[in-house]
Amino acid sequence: MLHQFFGGVHPAEHKDLTERKATVPLAEAPAQVIIPMSMHLGAPCKAVVSVGDEVKVGQIIGETTGLGAPIHASVSGKVVAVEPRPFGNGGEMVSVVIENDFQNTPDPAIQHRNNVDALTGEEIIEIVKNAGITGMGGAGFPTHVKLAGAVGRVDTLILNGAECEPYITSDHRLMLERGDAVIGGAQLMAKAIGLNGAVIGIELNKPDAIEHLKALAGLVGDIRIEGLKTRYPQGAEKQLIQMITGRQVPPGKLPADVGCLVCNVATAAAVYDAVTEGKPLTQRGMTITGGAIAEPMNVMVPMGTPVSHLIKMAGGFQENPDRVLLGGPMMGNPIYDLDVPVMKSTNCILSMTSKEVAARDPAQTCIRCAKCVEVCPMKLTPLFMRMNANKRRWIEVEALNVMDCIECGSCSYICPARIPLVQTFRAAKAEIRTQAAKAKAVQEAKEATKA
Amino acid sequence: MNEYKDLKLTVASSPHVNSPVNTRQLMLDLLLALIPAMAMGTYFFGWRALAMTAVSVVGCEVFEWGYRAMMKKPQTGGDLTAAVTGVLLAFTCPVALPYWVLLIGDFFAIVIVKQLFGGLGKNFLNPALAGRAFLMLAYSKYMATWVSPGTHNWMSLTGKIADVVSQATPMADLHSGKLPWQGAAGSSLQDLFLGNVSGCIGEISAAALLLGGVYLILRGVIKPRIPVAYLGTVAILTVIFPQGNNNVMWMLSQLCGGGLMLGAFFMATDYVTRPCTPKGEWIFGVGCGLLTVFIRYFGSYPEGVSYAILLMNVLTPIIEKYTHPGRFGATGKKGGAKA
Repeated sequence: MLHQFFGGVHPAEHKDLTERKATVPLAEAPAQVIIPMSMHLGAPCKAVVSVGDEVKVGQIIGETTGLGAPIHASVSGKVVAVEPRPFGNGGEMVSVVIENDFQNTPDPAIQHRNNVDALTGEEIIEIVKNAGITGMGGAGFPTHVKLAGAVGRVDTLILNGAECEPYITSDHRLMLERGDAVIGGAQLMAKAIGLNGAVIGIELNKPDAIEHLKALAGLVGDIRIEGLKTRYPQGAEKQLIQMITGRQVPPGKLPADVGCLVCNVATAAAVYDAVTEGKPLTQRGMTITGGAIAEPMNVMVPMGTPVSHLIKMAGGFQENPDRVLLGGPMMGNPIYDLDVPVMKSTNCILSMTSKEVAARDPAQTCIRCAKCVEVCPMKLTPLFMRMNANKRRWIEVEALNVMDCIECGSCSYICPARIPLVQTFRAAKAEIRTQAAKAKAVQEAKEATKA
Repeated sequence: MNEYKDLKLTVASSPHVNSPVNTRQLMLDLLLALIPAMAMGTYFFGWRALAMTAVSVVGCEVFEWGYRAMMKKPQTGGDLTAAVTGVLLAFTCPVALPYWVLLIGDFFAIVIVKQLFGGLGKNFLNPALAGRAFLMLAYSKYMATWVSPGTHNWMSLTGKIADVVSQATPMADLHSGKLPWQGAAGSSLQDLFLGNVSGCIGEISAAALLLGGVYLILRGVIKPRIPVAYLGTVAILTVIFPQGNNNVMWMLSQLCGGGLMLGAFFMATDYVTRPCTPKGEWIFGVGCGLLTVFIRYFGSYPEGVSYAILLMNVLTPIIEKYTHPGRFGATGKKGGAKA
């Protein structure tokens, strides 16, 4: 039985631009890839190659230094630089720049695995770790850490095929084209954490994907496909868990605390490739779309490919974009330099014209329509939070549970007065964190002088 | 380097899209939803009903513009909120009310109740209802001069009191414990439903207001909570405690009579003065229903809708304080593998 999540909105989907276009390989490989040493949540990797080294596809070029996942070369060729470069999360990151030799020579270590059924859970997690797999839906949390933490604590494995952000269709195409890999990956991940099956949640605006996976899952059993009423932010971890199990992740807790593990369908396919073919995560499906793009497309992209190259491959701009985003229009990050590379968590490059972008009317007065309260999936009261934040009453803002905000943007989307609500809360959260850190430092200093 | 270096790209915090509905659109929907009631008022009371509404709208917009110009504040007339106040205030006045009295009401609503408290979104009373309450106290003679429906000269815009054929309202009959068709007004239930009764311009036709209210709910302008709670409370109380022996007829007359429909769908749902929390909306609606019935049964006025809503307006901040939606994950079922 399906449950409901709170609130939510339904922005115009715009998925028709690409949803019927099969994922194609890049017509022209990039001449250079720029691979940042942090494509995941956690500590950046340490580059283990130096300028002048020859590398092959799938060869390790960055090793973990703490929480993280190793990074592999996505093309074969010569390392021409190891230096800080601008990247999609803002600022600069040490990156390995590889000059492509267009040979695509694979690393000899990549071998097809015959004894998949004989693998134990620990062995699967070890393979996932060495393949450098991180969450491919959003935050990019290292998948092996998630899996290892779930063993013995989780009773439900959920695969996220909701793809609730407008415009993006890369997961939709993946489920249609590589359904076997998604389901195979689901089984492997279930096995890794000691479960027999998994639930795959897909929004009802992708009926073909639901049908296809149901047909495939019917052959293997224990994989359940759930069609979910189309509503943003369905694909947010906490909301998807609530939708499928009715459980609510308590404030400050993790999905494992309510017995759930959520992974993206693309992550599952990557796990499948890593386990059966020995392939590390070096490329991913991506949607290049938006009103400014001449030929929107779904495409397989090597990690580190510059955004500018992908835009050229999609026919270039037919109209000047107002902004270019990594991700969808609700939560995507704008970039100002099109030389930034795509990463493991980049599912979409969205180039929006000024017509597509929210009309930038100046914010008007709040009329207390409470639509923000109605749509908030975390049961917050955005209008009161903003009122207090504008007066810099941080204690009150925190008491209204601003730290629970998942920054989905539903409140800003729905506001008829065009008030930048979620933007205010981002600033408020940062301010509250800074103040807490300061208070802690003062406390520690006091204790140090006492001692 | 790439060929896109010269582009000027906007960098802004997400989300990058927003809903097409803005404040002005919401107010336009509200005005649209009031058209059926306007049409019925005009049909039964003549062109003067329309003229009154127009004067009130212009009055409200001019007062708002004038105040903001005088105070050197940015103009806000384009959001149409003052126009909505103008329509609603005219709708709660009898058709024979002199224009100058109506304009005093507009002034009170816009300048005293709305602008002096900080303008849109800051007033704690519904401006239209507060304006009406002021007129009831200050100009009670005019506010109690009722015109018989359909008797008014269609072309008469002056509405001199001597010209009008006055008639008791169904609310007066209900107040004296009689069903309308047994009392002085002699209106049938059908008259009450359609609006063929004496009363305020926009309040007479329960059918037209119901239509407008359903439109607002379908368009998502208002949530059904307050109207359902409000009308439901009145229905339950009047069916349990009827006066006379026919409790269903009594209940239906109470529901269709007076300002209840206008109040439940258009006044009590006023964004600014109702609680912003879902639970709060239910409490607010029930409170309005209780107070309305209490005033109608035990008060000295025959009608209690406006005072009931105004009283609940005052309670809005405290209702909001105690009805916060609760925290995600604070309650609810837990899962987990069995250890």
